[in-house]
Amino acid sequence: MKSITILLLISLLCLAEAMQAQDRYFTKTGHIGFFSEAPLENIEAHNQQVVSILDLKTGELVFSVPMKQFQFRKSLMQTHFNENYVESDKYPKASFKGKVTNIQDVDLKREAVYKVNVKGVLTIHGQHKAIDTVGTLEVKGLQLLGKSKFSVTPQEFGITIPRLVRNNIAKTIAITVDMIYVPFTGKSL
Amino acid sequence: MIKNYLLIVLFNLLAIAARGQDELLKMAEAADSTFTGKVSGTFKATRLVNGHSVETNGNGSLLFLISHRFGTLNSGAYEFFGLDQATIRLGLEYGITDNLNIGAGRSSLEKTYDGFLKYKLLQQQTGQGLAMPVTLTLFTSAAIRSLRWPPEETSFDFKHRLTYTHQLLFARKFTERFSLQLSPTLVHRNLVETSSDENNVYAIGTSGRFKLTKRTSFNAEYYYLLSEATRNNFRNALSLGFDIETGGHVFQLIFTNAQGMVEKFFIPQNTGYWSDGDIYFGFNISRTFDLKGAEKSQ
Repeated sequence: MKSITILLLISLLCLAEAMQAQDRYFTKTGHIGFFSEAPLENIEAHNQQVVSILDLKTGELVFSVPMKQFQFRKSLMQTHFNENYVESDKYPKASFKGKVTNIQDVDLKREAVYKVNVKGVLTIHGQHKAIDTVGTLEVKGLQLLGKSKFSVTPQEFGITIPRLVRNNIAKTIAITVDMIYVPFTGKSL
Repeated sequence: MIKNYLLIVLFNLLAIAARGQDELLKMAEAADSTFTGKVSGTFKATRLVNGHSVETNGNGSLLFLISHRFGTLNSGAYEFFGLDQATIRLGLEYGITDNLNIGAGRSSLEKTYDGFLKYKLLQQQTGQGLAMPVTLTLFTSAAIRSLRWPPEETSFDFKHRLTYTHQLLFARKFTERFSLQLSPTLVHRNLVETSSDENNVYAIGTSGRFKLTKRTSFNAEYYYLLSEATRNNFRNALSLGFDIETGGHVFQLIFTNAQGMVEKFFIPQNTGYWSDGDIYFGFNISRTFDLKGAEKSQ
C-alpha cells in the first residue's frame, strides 16, 4: 500500500515537472513567408498568425501554422492556394515538431545572435518530412528572436501541380521564418 | 521491489521526454487561429450557370467572360442539333475592391447591353460562438435592348428599352464540396409586350454546386417564377453546369432551357421545355487578368 502511494507521488512529481512552464518562450503572431520565382509570375505569401513554442531547457521547438492565414497579393491566387494546392479545408494546419539540437549554446544572460541547428518533422498537406536546417536565435532584452530560411518542394508534400500550369510555379519554394518569442507565463497560451 | 521503483521512475522520465514535443505542439495548435476566418471559394466562378453567384472578383482583377449558347438540341440533324445557331454575350467584370464589382456586357440576343453592380455585404466566417453563417451579395443590373423598333412603332422612348434586375444572393459553403445559394429576384421591365405581361416579375433561384475533384464541379440552378401570370405563360429555368478550372481560366459547360445569358431573358421569358428537348448547350469561358500588376510587392 505504502509503495503504491510512493509511486503515485513520483508520477505526480514527474507530471508536475513536465507541466512546468518556466524556460518556455512563445509567440502567437510569428511570421512565416514563402516565395517562389517562376517565369510567368512570382508567388509570395505571408502568414502573421503562426504559433510557436520554444523550450530553452530541452530545446524543444514546435510551430503550428494556420494555412488559411497566408495572405497573397492576388485574392484569386489565395483561393487557388487554399482550394487546389494545400487543400486547407482538409488540412487546415501545417506544423513542425522538433528540437534545437545545440540549445545549450544560447546564453540568455548575454545579448547576442546565436547560430542554432534545428531538426525535426515538418507536416504540410498531411505529409511528413524530416527537416534539418540552421537558423539564428538572438537574445534581445526579454525577447528571443528566431530566424531561419530553408527550401521545400511541393512534391515532397504530395501537392500536385497540373501540367498546364507547371511552368507558372517554381520547382522550389523558399520559406522564411521570423519569430519574436516572449517568456511564457501561465498555463495556456 | 526497488528495481520496480526504478523501472517506473525511468518509464515516467522517458514518457516526459517523448511527450514534451507532442504536448507543446498540442498547446500551440490549440492557440492558433485555424478555426476563425473567412470562408473562401464558395463557388469557382462569378456565375453558377446562367445566374450570378456570390463570388466577386478581387481588387484589381479584370474578368473577361465569353458566354455562348447554341440552338436547341431538338432542332434536329439538319441544324446539327443546334450547333448551327449561336447566341453570344461578351462581358467584362472588374473588382474595384475585393467586395465591390462593376461589369458590363453585350448580348447578341435582341442586341442587348447590360451593366451591373455587385457588392459582397457579408462574408461567411468560421469560428467559435457567433460566426457569420452565410455570404450575402447584392446584385443590381440594367439591361438596354438596342434592337431597332419596327418602323410602324413611333411612340417609344429610350426608357422603354430598359429592364432592371435586383437580387439578394445568399450562399453557404456547407462542406468543402457542397455549397448552396438562394437568390430572391425582382425583374422590372419598363415595357412589356402584352397587357397581360407583368412589369414586375418576382422569382427565387436555388442553386448548388458539388465539387467532384479539386478543379471540377457540378452545378445546378433553378429559377422558380413567383409571379403567377408569368409562371403560367413562361417556363422556370433549369440549368446544369460542369465547371473546369485551370489556373486563371474557368470553363463552364452548360445545358439549360434558357437561351439568354442576362437575367431579363433567363428569368422571366423562357419558353423552352426540358421535356420537349428545348435544351441549349453552351459554355462560359472566363479569364482573369490582374490589372494591379507587380506595382506592389512586399
